[in-house]
Amino acid sequence: MEKLYARDAYGKALVELGRKDENIVVLDADLSGSTRTAFFGHEFPERFFNFGVAEQNMMAAAAGFASCGKIVFASSFAMFATARVVDQVRNSICYNNANVKIVATHGGITVGEDGSSHQALEDINYFRAIPNMRIIVPCDAPETREAVVAAYNNPGPFYIRLGRSKALSIEGRKEFFLGKGHILKLGKDVAIIACGVLVSEALKAHRILEEKGISATVVNMPTIKPIDEELLVELAKGHKVLFTCEEHQIIGGLFSACCEVLARKFPVKIDRIGVEDKFGQSGSPQELMKLYGLTAESIVQKIEKELR
Amino acid sequence: MKREIKELQTKANQIRKNVIEMLSEAKSGHPGGSLSSAEIISCLFFKVMRFKSKDILWPYRDRFHLSKGHCCPALYSALCLSGYFAPEALKTLRKTGSILQGHPDRRTPGVEMASGSLGQGLSIALGMALSARLDKRDYRVYCLMGDGEIQEGNIWEAAMAAAHFRVDNLCAVVDYNRFQIDGRTEEIMNLEPLMNKWESFGWHVIQCDGHNIEELLESFDEAKTVKMKPTVIIAHTVKGKGVSFMEHVVDFHGRAPTEEEKDIALAELIEIERIEEKKGD
Repeated sequence: MEKLYARDAYGKALVELGRKDENIVVLDADLSGSTRTAFFGHEFPERFFNFGVAEQNMMAAAAGFASCGKIVFASSFAMFATARVVDQVRNSICYNNANVKIVATHGGITVGEDGSSHQALEDINYFRAIPNMRIIVPCDAPETREAVVAAYNNPGPFYIRLGRSKALSIEGRKEFFLGKGHILKLGKDVAIIACGVLVSEALKAHRILEEKGISATVVNMPTIKPIDEELLVELAKGHKVLFTCEEHQIIGGLFSACCEVLARKFPVKIDRIGVEDKFGQSGSPQELMKLYGLTAESIVQKIEKELR
Repeated sequence: MKREIKELQTKANQIRKNVIEMLSEAKSGHPGGSLSSAEIISCLFFKVMRFKSKDILWPYRDRFHLSKGHCCPALYSALCLSGYFAPEALKTLRKTGSILQGHPDRRTPGVEMASGSLGQGLSIALGMALSARLDKRDYRVYCLMGDGEIQEGNIWEAAMAAAHFRVDNLCAVVDYNRFQIDGRTEEIMNLEPLMNKWESFGWHVIQCDGHNIEELLESFDEAKTVKMKPTVIIAHTVKGKGVSFMEHVVDFHGRAPTEEEKDIALAELIEIERIEEKKGD
């Protein structure tokens, strides 16, 4: 399968949506080349607003646009589209249930060389507790396009988190539906639930485990909020142990979302792969994935230990 | 003109009486800044702004955003006097289930957007003003800010952007009563030279007496003539204006009047009204 930039898919989807709906406005904060909102800006300069390095203003202004009937996409890097603007997103966007889609790129540790200040690893946590907010972490470029269209079609606030690097398009992926996960591989010993770039690692882990005689289910779980409760309970009923995999702190992301459901509805042993309450650092994306235990090998190791 | 000014002053006095009654009933809230903004809000709602209280979402309505959300009792009074909802609601301010929340909320008919966390309102108003441009509608956007509020960095991000985007349908007002919760603005965090700050950010700046109806109307008229840049009216006001024991008293930034204080305050406001009635004769 091919490797594509999810952010390219985002930029193209914006242009596509912009052509059919002139109510769409796009905002950026001096990163339009990187986030690919520049694609939209070139075709629709009058509906594109660059707010400069001022994300707080961009987010509150987004709410103002939305109050006048605009469908707003606002972009920056995940660090600056979340941590910097939590109050604006909470009080101006979510409390007003404003029709604002925050699409952030450069989420996670695979930002790489720029180092910790630019590696958003807490972003999902910041937004997950805010009412009205929905959160999507697409696994590849095609799913990104579908998620952006879904956000456009569903009024109200969204946070879509994309990576910086190219992502392998996932074979066998099903069409994106808001609030739904789906099974990519059906096994019986363990269920691996992943989102974002960790989906392809989970599939790799599946192959390695198979060789070792361990049968793993692999689930793509792009919507972190609202999480697919039905599927989680089904997985818990059918497997001895569950594993979540995410390019995020182990606190507040996919793992937390899954635990919150299963602790209430079907308690089962659940472990996780994620950044272990640590800051990132500079390095190549591949090296950092390895160093922080976010690879297929780490998944295999943990699962073997668990099942032993 | 004379008569109109008198009527707007009467409305401002009515707002003040409502503010005192509402806050006394609620037993909490912010009288100081509500009282200081009474004339500003009276001029906007009963003369300057175009809207239809029976057609709340009329697309061509002027937008008002109360960025200093804590002064919502004054706004609620104006909305009520404009016919957005029945006066009975005023008694429910800050109570469970009320349409009148402690800070502005969209469940109140006539409130465009919630506010309360300071510093975000000018950005929201900017988004509204730019939307008017995109939709080729000629409505104007008014944003009322507190003086303490403009210590927030977000305000200056919005100020820079509004000038950059050349929005001339945006008119901001600073209720410059010179007090914030912890004391005088000049002691807590000095705002001066305030006019120069806004000018250097690219705004057209007008200063006026924020309790003088004539000056306020002239300022709003002037703002309408300014092209290619936003306007800010720095309205010099008195915190707690109209109630002798609240004027310039920082304690009344965020303390409701007691039952006894309410009676004295209302008596004073009625006396002011009586004197003004006479003046016009």
